[in-house]
Amino acid sequence: MKQLRARWTAFRSRSHTFAEHHRSATIVITMLIAAILLIFLPRIPPLNAIQGANPWYDAFANAGVFVLLAMGLNVVVGLAGLLDLGYAAFFAIGAYTYAYSNSPFSGLDLPFFPMLLVGAAVAAVFGIALGAPTLRLRGDYLAIMTLGFGEIVPIVFVNSDPYTRGTNGIGGIYRPEALPFFGEFSPLTSFNYMVVMIFIVTVAMMLLYRLHDSRIGRAWMAIREDELAAAANGINTVLTKLLAFALGATTSGLAGVFNASKLTIVSPDQFSFSVSFTVLAMVIVGGMGNIWGVAAGAFIVYLIQVVLLKQLNTIAETINLPALDLGPIHFDLAKINFTDYQYLLFGIALVLMMLKRPEGLFPSQARRAELHAAEDLGANDPALVGALGEAPGSDELTGGSEGGS
Amino acid sequence: MTDVLNATKITKRFGGLVAVHDVDFTIPEGSIVSLIGPNGAGKTTFFNIIAGIYDPTAGSIDFHGENMIARARRAWLEPFLWLTPPAILLLITLAISTSGNQVLTGLGIVFTILTLLGSMVTGVSRPLAYQRAIRRFGIFRSARPNDMVVAGLGRTFQNIRLFANMTAMDNVLVGMHSRLKTTWIDALLSTPRDRREEKTSRVRANELLTLVGLKGRGDVVAKNLPYGDQRRLEIARALASDPKLLLLDEPTAGMNPNETANLTRLIGRLRSELGLTVLLIEHDMRVVMGISDRVTVLDHGERIAEGTPDEVRRDPKVIEAYLGTPPA
Repeated sequence: MKQLRARWTAFRSRSHTFAEHHRSATIVITMLIAAILLIFLPRIPPLNAIQGANPWYDAFANAGVFVLLAMGLNVVVGLAGLLDLGYAAFFAIGAYTYAYSNSPFSGLDLPFFPMLLVGAAVAAVFGIALGAPTLRLRGDYLAIMTLGFGEIVPIVFVNSDPYTRGTNGIGGIYRPEALPFFGEFSPLTSFNYMVVMIFIVTVAMMLLYRLHDSRIGRAWMAIREDELAAAANGINTVLTKLLAFALGATTSGLAGVFNASKLTIVSPDQFSFSVSFTVLAMVIVGGMGNIWGVAAGAFIVYLIQVVLLKQLNTIAETINLPALDLGPIHFDLAKINFTDYQYLLFGIALVLMMLKRPEGLFPSQARRAELHAAEDLGANDPALVGALGEAPGSDELTGGSEGGS
Repeated sequence: MTDVLNATKITKRFGGLVAVHDVDFTIPEGSIVSLIGPNGAGKTTFFNIIAGIYDPTAGSIDFHGENMIARARRAWLEPFLWLTPPAILLLITLAISTSGNQVLTGLGIVFTILTLLGSMVTGVSRPLAYQRAIRRFGIFRSARPNDMVVAGLGRTFQNIRLFANMTAMDNVLVGMHSRLKTTWIDALLSTPRDRREEKTSRVRANELLTLVGLKGRGDVVAKNLPYGDQRRLEIARALASDPKLLLLDEPTAGMNPNETANLTRLIGRLRSELGLTVLLIEHDMRVVMGISDRVTVLDHGERIAEGTPDEVRRDPKVIEAYLGTPPA
C-alpha cells in the first residue's frame, strides 16, 4: 500500500512536469480522453438510465457554449482583473452576425466555419470599440459601464424591429454544411455539434494557455495585482487591458455563432443579464484565473442546472411522497418544479462557496495563496486576514497612473 | 559628462498646496545623486513627476536630451488628428457610393470603421512612436510611466509594491516586459522567437535574482519573502528593464543596520558593474553621506541646498530645516 502511494506520488509529479513543459500536448491528450468519455458515457449506465444518448450530446454541446463563454470571461475577470457584467452583449453580437449571414431573413447562406471566425472578429471589433474609451475606468465604474452595455445591446435588438424582427428574433438559420466523416448536421442528432464544440474548446484552451504563459499573460496578472506598479514596470496598461477585453469578446462571439447555428434562432431574450451573471458565477465557482478550473466549473454548473434539476423533478414524481397539508401550507414534493428554483439554488451555492471555499473549486495557485494567506501564517484571527488583504501602499497614490491622459 | 536627466523649474500644485516649487535638478551620467529633506518636503512627489505618474503644473524634464515631461501643449488638436484618416476614408467611400458599385462601397465602409478603430486604439494607448509623431504637429503630451520605462528609467516604491501573489521570478519577468519583443500573436502561435525569448529572459531573470542576493528563491511567492528580500526583489524587478537611471525611493526603510550596509554595497555595485546612474531618496544619513556624489535638499517643496555631501552637511539652511532655528 505504501509502495503504491509512493508510486502514485511519483507519477503525479512526473505528469505535472510533463504538463508544464508540454502544455499544448497535455491539453490535446486530456481533451481527447474527455471526448471519448463524453461519447461513450451516455451509452452506459447510470447515465443512459437518465436520458437517451442524444439528449446527453445536446446537453454537452450546450455546456460547451458556456465553457467557451467562461474561458473568455476568465481572461477579462480572472487574469486581467476587470469586472465585466455585460459579457452576454458580445455573445449576442456573435449570434446576430451569424443570423444575418445565414438565414432566410437576409437571404444569405455563408459557410459556417469561416463565419465562426467572422462572428468572433465582429465581436472583437465591438469589444475594442467599447473598451478603448472606457478602459481607463477602474473597478466599480468599469463594472457599471459593462453592465450598461450588456443591457443596451439586447434592447437595441428588440427595438430595431425592421432590422432584427424585434422580440420574435431571426429564425430559420440554416444548418452548417456537412462534416467529412461525420456527415450532415441534422436537427435530430446533436452529435456533430458536440464534436465541433470539443474541437473549438480544445483550440481555444490551447491558445488561451499559450497567452497565459507568455509575456502578455504575466502583464495581465501584474495589472490585476497592482495597476500602478505594472505601469511603472513598462506595461502599457491601456493596451494590455484592451487586448484582454477584445479577447474575451472574441471568445464570446465565437460561442454566439455556434449557439445561433445550433438553436437555428436568435432572439434578444437569449442574451439577458442572467447569461452574463451565470457565466460570471461559473468563473467564480470554477476558480478565477485557472483556465482548466473555469472550463470544468462551467461544464459542471451547466449540467447541474440543465440535467440534474430536471432529474430531481422526475425523481420527486417517482418516489411520490404523500402531500403535506397543514391548512394554509400545502406541500407536495411531486408538484415542485425544481428548474424554477435554479437561481435560488445558484444563490445558495454561491453564498456557501464564498464562505467555505472562496477560491473556487479548482483554484489557481496564486488565488489559493491570496485567500489563505492567514492560514498559511498560522493565524486564525479574522482581523489579521483583513490586514493582510490590504494592498501595500494603496494610500500612496490614488488613481494617478493615467495622470498624463 | 552628459546629463541623464535635466529638470527645469518643476512645479506641482495639488489644489492650493504647492508640493514642489521651481525645482531645478540635474543628474550627471554615472553618478549617485541623493534627494533628502524632512517629511513632507515633496521628495516623493518630485520622484513621481520624474517617473511620469504626475504631470507637472509647470516646468519640463529632459531625459537623455529628449523632452519627455511637461505640461500638455495643443492637446485639443489631438482628436482632430485621430479623426482625419477615417474622415478621408469616409469621403472616398461616399465618392465611390455615387458610382453605385456595392462591393467597393462595402469595402470602403469596412475600412473606414477599421481605421476609426485603429486611430482610437492608438489614441488611447499612445505608444512612444505615436507621441514622437504628434510632436511634429506641435502637440505635446507628457510621457506616462510606461513610456519612461521604455526610455530607460527604472524605479522602486517607498511602500513596497510587488505583485504580491506572483512568484519572485514572475515579478522580475514582468519587469522585463518592455524589453521583450514577442507580441500576442507570437505567443498564440508559439513561434520560435517566443520560445527563444522566453528561455533567455528566464536566464537573465535568474542572473538578476543572483545579483541582488535572491539566488534560488525564484519560485517563492513574493509576499512570502521576508521584508528585506522584498525590497531587494523590487530592485531586481526595476533592473530587469535595463534602465539607465534607477530611482530608489527609501530603499533601506525599515531595515536593520546590517541589511542597510548590504544594500548600500549593492547600490555601489550597481553603478560600478552595470554602469547605472542612481537617484536616491533616503532618510538614513549614513547611506546618503556614504555613497552619494551629489546631495540635493528639499524643504517645503523648494530646493534649499545642493552640493557634495560635505557641503550639504555644513549648510546652515539644511541644519535649520532639520533641527529648526537656533534660539537667538
